Amino acid sequence: MADTTAGAVWRPHGTARRSTHTLRLRVSAALMGVTVLAVLLVPPLAQLDQQAVDLAAKLQPPTWAHPFGTDDVGRDLLLRCVYGLRVSLLVGVVAALTATVIGTAVGATAGALGGRTDRAVMRLVDAVASVPHLLLGVFIVAMFRPGVWPVVISVALTHWLSTARIVRAEILSLRSRPCIDAAVSGGASRWRVAVRHLLPGVLPQAGLAAVLMVPHAMWHESALSFLGLGLPTHTASLGTLIQTARGSLLAGDWWPTLFPGLFLVVPTLAVAGLAGVWRERINPRRRSELML
Amino acid sequence: MLELRSVTAGYDRRAPVVREASLTLAPGQALGLLGPSGCGKSTLARVAALLHRPDAGTLLLDGTPVRRWRHRAPREQRTAFGVVFQQPRLAADPRLRLADLIAEPLRATGRRDQIPGRVTELAEATGLTPDLLTRRPHEVSDGQLQRACLARALVLRPRILVCDEMTAMLDASTTAALVAAVERYRRETGAALLAVGHDRTLLDRWCDRTLHWHEVARSRADAPT
Repeated sequence: MADTTAGAVWRPHGTARRSTHTLRLRVSAALMGVTVLAVLLVPPLAQLDQQAVDLAAKLQPPTWAHPFGTDDVGRDLLLRCVYGLRVSLLVGVVAALTATVIGTAVGATAGALGGRTDRAVMRLVDAVASVPHLLLGVFIVAMFRPGVWPVVISVALTHWLSTARIVRAEILSLRSRPCIDAAVSGGASRWRVAVRHLLPGVLPQAGLAAVLMVPHAMWHESALSFLGLGLPTHTASLGTLIQTARGSLLAGDWWPTLFPGLFLVVPTLAVAGLAGVWRERINPRRRSELML
Repeated sequence: MLELRSVTAGYDRRAPVVREASLTLAPGQALGLLGPSGCGKSTLARVAALLHRPDAGTLLLDGTPVRRWRHRAPREQRTAFGVVFQQPRLAADPRLRLADLIAEPLRATGRRDQIPGRVTELAEATGLTPDLLTRRPHEVSDGQLQRACLARALVLRPRILVCDEMTAMLDASTTAALVAAVERYRRETGAALLAVGHDRTLLDRWCDRTLHWHEVARSRADAPT
């Protein structure tokens, strides 16, 4: 009787949970690896022109010659998707990194200085956050000619807010610890306390926020391109591919939208899986759902 | 010479933790401050070490009133105090090896040339072996970490030591070793000591004079409501 009770108490932390954990890590890492390899290797190895138009082969369903089929002007969709993913990933990574740098700088300044500066900066953050960020993004993109960099700027300038809040909260909690008192008593300047003791403490959180922001930024790029505001239509990006394929979907041709859509979903889930494992590692107590 | 006059301090102005506390610490004197847990001893120790701005009252350092606290205090005033905290785990930056932990105040004040000599000297004084100096805080015990924290507090040769329940979490032999290290330092330099704690036996044996909290500050029960 006592044995069964003990078993019931100890079992939930057994091997079952760990194996799903490892499975998630492996699947996510494999998917991410395939994506990155495809993006890096296919364009130089294939030696094919993704822009090559073949009107005789337009809107062909998937075949061995064109595994993902062709679009409405006969371009190979596999190649277009890989090139599109390349552009979308570039936008996602650069925008996420820029947003994280801005967010960390703002959040760290507010948290480390505290007092009036903190209140003023955080009210500014609240004010910017009160505007719907897609709307603000559309506004920023509309000020420039279509291209990659306006999209990067638009996504970066609308996505640093959450990082600033996370970093500020972490810095505030670190700031009140005795180790910071000890540093102050040891003669450390404000700058030294921030750079040597506070920032290294928030970097894992900021890094995690940056990784989670990559798929989010990719979705934003796709949304802006889908609205016709992001990248010019001749540049293959996942958003422009889905946008141009919209018409053929109504005619019953499913492949021109499905495959770019999958190229958007698979890296998103892979990044979310990896970030989830990372999050549990740096803070095992925080097991809330991933925010995408 | 450190003098606190009617110091009121806390984390919310409407409900101060320390009310009208006054005490004087003469050069070279060892003063014990005894009180039950939660009475405000640690807050008073932080005010005394210029780490927490009081809401009211005056703090005189060598007869000069102190007007700025924490980073705003001049560096030579801040570093006149060596502070040892109750919980070494929270008082040590988890990323620094013990040698870097001890050397950090020297780096922060631009005295890198003194690092090798001072770290070796203090490691010996506090009973840390060279092997321990290469470890990070999570790889050593509380007692060993507290020795490193004491070494860090002594590294800038402070004139006043503030030990806030320094030995509350430690066993008798580590307590004895740390107290002996503090006393050796005080004999060599003539530094003053403010030892905060709730162990009357220890404070009576360690300090020249032991004050009870109610002799220093008004208790919260006396507060006007």
